[in-house]
Amino acid sequence: MDTQIGFNWRESVRLGLIGGLVALSLSLIGVVETFGGRGIISGVISLGQILLFGAMAGAGYMSARQNPHARTGLNLVGGLIAGLLASLPLIVLVFVAGPINLRDFLPNASPGLLKLLIFEQDQATGSLLLLAVSAVVGLVGAGITLLPGRVRHPLLMGLLFVLMVGLLSEIIILAWGTKGLGLKIRRFMFDKGLSIRGTLLVFLIVAGLNALWGALGGRAQARVSALPAQQQKVLGWGRIALGVLFMLVLPMILRTYLTEVINNVGLFILMGFGLNIVVGFAGLLDLGYVAFFAIGAYTMGVLTSQGELGVAGMSFWSALPIAVAASVLAGVILGVPVLRMRGDYLAIVTLGFGEIIRILALSDFLAPAIGGAQGILKIPKASLGGLEFVAPETLYYLILAACLVAAFVSWRLRDARLGRQWMAMREDEDVAEAMGINLVQTKLLAFAMGAAFAGLSGAIFATKLSSIFPHSFNLLISINVLCLIIVGGMGSLPGVMVGALILVGLPELLREFAEYRLLMYGALLIVMMLSRPEGFWPEESRKRELHEFETEPVLAD
Amino acid sequence: MRQRLENIDYLGLVLWLFRTAIIVAVVWGTVATIRDNPYSTRNWIDFVIFGLAQGSLYALIALGYTLVYGVLFIINFAHGEFFMSGVFTATVFVAIPMGQSGFLDRNPILALLIIAVVAMATSVGISLLTERIAYRPLRRAPRLVPLITAIGASFFWQYFFRGLYGSGITAFPTVQALQGSWSIAGIDILKTQAVVIVASILLLITLYVIVMRTKMGKAMRAVAEDKEIAALMGIDVDRVIVITFAMGSAAAGVAGVLYAILFRQVHFFMGFIPGIKAFTAAVLGGIGSIPGAALGGLFLGMVESVGPSLFLEGLGIPSSYQLKDVIAFTMLVLVLIFRPQGILGERLAEKKA
Amino acid sequence: MTILIANQVTKRFGGLTALSALNLEIKERSISSIIGPNGAGKTTFFNCVTGFYQAEEGEIIFEGRPIHSRRPDQITSLGVARTYQNIRLFANMTAMENILVGLHPKLRSTWVGAVLGSPGTRHEEDEAHEEARQLLGFVGLRGKGDIVAKNLAYGDQRRLEIGRALASHPRLLLLDEPTAGMNPAETAEMTAFIQRLRDELGITILLIEHQMRVVMGISETIAVLDYGEKIAEGTPAEIQGNPQVIEAYLGRGAAEVT
Repeated sequence: MDTQIGFNWRESVRLGLIGGLVALSLSLIGVVETFGGRGIISGVISLGQILLFGAMAGAGYMSARQNPHARTGLNLVGGLIAGLLASLPLIVLVFVAGPINLRDFLPNASPGLLKLLIFEQDQATGSLLLLAVSAVVGLVGAGITLLPGRVRHPLLMGLLFVLMVGLLSEIIILAWGTKGLGLKIRRFMFDKGLSIRGTLLVFLIVAGLNALWGALGGRAQARVSALPAQQQKVLGWGRIALGVLFMLVLPMILRTYLTEVINNVGLFILMGFGLNIVVGFAGLLDLGYVAFFAIGAYTMGVLTSQGELGVAGMSFWSALPIAVAASVLAGVILGVPVLRMRGDYLAIVTLGFGEIIRILALSDFLAPAIGGAQGILKIPKASLGGLEFVAPETLYYLILAACLVAAFVSWRLRDARLGRQWMAMREDEDVAEAMGINLVQTKLLAFAMGAAFAGLSGAIFATKLSSIFPHSFNLLISINVLCLIIVGGMGSLPGVMVGALILVGLPELLREFAEYRLLMYGALLIVMMLSRPEGFWPEESRKRELHEFETEPVLAD
Repeated sequence: MRQRLENIDYLGLVLWLFRTAIIVAVVWGTVATIRDNPYSTRNWIDFVIFGLAQGSLYALIALGYTLVYGVLFIINFAHGEFFMSGVFTATVFVAIPMGQSGFLDRNPILALLIIAVVAMATSVGISLLTERIAYRPLRRAPRLVPLITAIGASFFWQYFFRGLYGSGITAFPTVQALQGSWSIAGIDILKTQAVVIVASILLLITLYVIVMRTKMGKAMRAVAEDKEIAALMGIDVDRVIVITFAMGSAAAGVAGVLYAILFRQVHFFMGFIPGIKAFTAAVLGGIGSIPGAALGGLFLGMVESVGPSLFLEGLGIPSSYQLKDVIAFTMLVLVLIFRPQGILGERLAEKKA
Repeated sequence: MTILIANQVTKRFGGLTALSALNLEIKERSISSIIGPNGAGKTTFFNCVTGFYQAEEGEIIFEGRPIHSRRPDQITSLGVARTYQNIRLFANMTAMENILVGLHPKLRSTWVGAVLGSPGTRHEEDEAHEEARQLLGFVGLRGKGDIVAKNLAYGDQRRLEIGRALASHPRLLLLDEPTAGMNPAETAEMTAFIQRLRDELGITILLIEHQMRVVMGISETIAVLDYGEKIAEGTPAEIQGNPQVIEAYLGRGAAEVT
């Protein structure tokens, strides 16, 4: 008899029950049913089901991870049990919902949900089916951990891409699948979500490429880094040129609707760059960032509006510097009182500032000047040499230009003396001051710079919408921007873009997401802080640290 | 002489001007209001009593912030959601059915007690879950990290309960026994307001006694002083922290029910603004101090209720009640700048080095 | 020539008097030490000199200028630098970046120059990097510039902290227990290094130190603090024979025994 480490069954049971509660919660808050309409693979599985069974798969996966040294068979059984248990709360729900009308209490415990849970079968058959499927999913979840990396990575990557393509299928069809070649591809690959043919195609291509890269990628990378510095430089410039070219032709690829989405993302990227300076570089947690966005927008509105509230009738371009300057001024004015506050107090006070600005914008007190709840209307479009920035495709270039300026400024400052001042302050305020850094000046510069980008974003926002209302400037914008820089990686410029694409782009594309946007953000903030505090695309120096950790022997936890 | 000029603290000067400007505005407005006297004495008394009722709710919620801050030094941003979750759940599952069946009117005291217990249990459950998942693993992380998870938890719970119970405003059933008003010393006080004030103060005193007199309270204070030494003294730090969270959220659960009695409506967003206000109250009184939380809460409630009429109207601001939140936030800023230790607090906030 | 004068410096925390009417004079290009039991007020004195604390009474004069009411950043720019007892590097920045932050008071470029990439700024940045490289070499960290500070070995962190302090071109360097936590070999190396700082760079050095061998070996004068008061001052030999000092360190009655 070999000496096996005892299998931790209690852990499997515990994880199974936790998975069950997660699945139950997802069902009762309406996620399963709402996302049930979003087919990923046509007629096979919807996003709602993926989330639901994700809980079971997760339970199985975690159960196997808890017992890394156990025998394969035991681990599979553990996963099976975890999956099985995870379905129990749902089955209880199905049976309770028969005699009692749960909808009086829980509006989302609807017949539609129940039907979904039992695969549109009758109660007994459906429940058994649910039990069986859950158990199998738990087993598969456990099984994934047992596969060797070179199989697991392509497999997961393939599944991830199937999920992504399926998720976006409606958008893809709308944008490109209406005529010609697009229509043919659409017929082949898509139905409600991906068709089965399409799924296989996507999976095979992605998994194949991934496996190929796994086998050969290391060598290719080595060859590139072996190139002389001169050629590497050329390669680097080539990459940048390609990126710029891509950005320039993007609206032509994306067409009107998607360009509109990208424009909204762009305004958030712009704000993200600004808040990134304040939070990411200087370490000052600002929860009232929306205030500067609002001030930029309102200044633009008041100065250019052709309605009753317009005072100057200026053009966009002459009002733009004033709007940015007003935001900067506000940044400095709001910055002064908080100079001596640290960390968490700063967060709450800035949150208060954001609310004050919003309440003032809404109030009757300032209504004669900025319209109160009625807002400011008739804000003219920007134009440049006969080109009117009206259509999303042209507005895109305005926003792109602003983003590029912000990115450039951020990038230059990061590596300059001021960037080092900010980072030193972020690391240790006292020592930074002892190094001869004037904290007042350094902090105010961070606030001012951050406010400038937000003001720029707000000014463009005002002309983009032609009218502004106080409710566009609520706390959620601040939270949104904060989330996107945290998810992307604090202090990281590409991270801001990735974060904005995920957190602003996705919910705009998928209307069901909008309702659960903040639920998702909240969960994401917690998960990121627990598991990946450096973000998806960390700043270079932090990535460097991670690599150093990787080379050291890692002890099992 | 040149030396002196170089050494002037410009920041201090600006802050001094800022403070003076606000004091001048408040005094100016107050004088103008008193001169014009647009309200009767009756009105003012109503403002004050409403302020006390609202303030005692702030005090109860502030207690949770203060206890947790005292022990862990984190601002539990999600505390307002603990407040919301309890009363929302109790309303949906207990209060509304009881109201419909008539039980609430037949046995109002028993019914309200059951509602309060359910609310407390839910609030405590949610708070312990949050502590376990979002705070405990991060106890050694830099201070901003748990603050960010707290913000995350706050939004998560808001929208979780929105999904669970719906996004609309749910009416809390009227309690017949609490309709009308009592006349005390010639002053009419709405019964609901009286109940809220009395219940809050009793609860505050109870919790204060627990913290100051019991063994558990001593352990809490020991953990607040120094977690490592407390652990060496044989105190189970995790357990103390859990109990701290439980106490704070139980108070928030009761505050939720009292809020529902007072305002008669319940919704998923109801915890957010009161949460921030209560935090303000806690800072105002001196974060970490229970009497401070009580005092800060009552003071804030009062200023919010009386302030718009007293000093904003005098300044000629229309619909001044719209700006009551501005008053609260401005007070927060003023306190943090000029007396970060609060009215009763010791100076523990920003000690250097 | 005296570089630093402390005149009747008093610092209180609530009821506790951390420094009471302390008088101290430090000669230019000297190596002096402050010793004393824990809680004697040594670090408090450092904090007062660097502007981190404001002394309630008394004055501190550096090179003829009163500095007791100045901000820490101003004092650093005047030529005082320090290290910390429990190393306080910018942990997530590289060694190079740490030194560059130290160079801060010597740089003049503004953020506008940085954004526009003006020739002046670029030139200054290049020079700063070059100087930082030299400093890294000087403190024995050649080639380790790209390592994030918190991943450096303990001794390297100590040396980097001194390098960062040197970057501001100080004329007075305050070292707070520079050999804490080091083994004898490292300690000897550090002692020699401190001597080099004075001999090669002409920097006046004031250190707090617990290891008597280090103190007696390199100090020209020693001041002994106890409960915030100076109880003795003199050459190592004088201090070693002072019964009051022995009493403060070893307790009453110890003086007769030894």
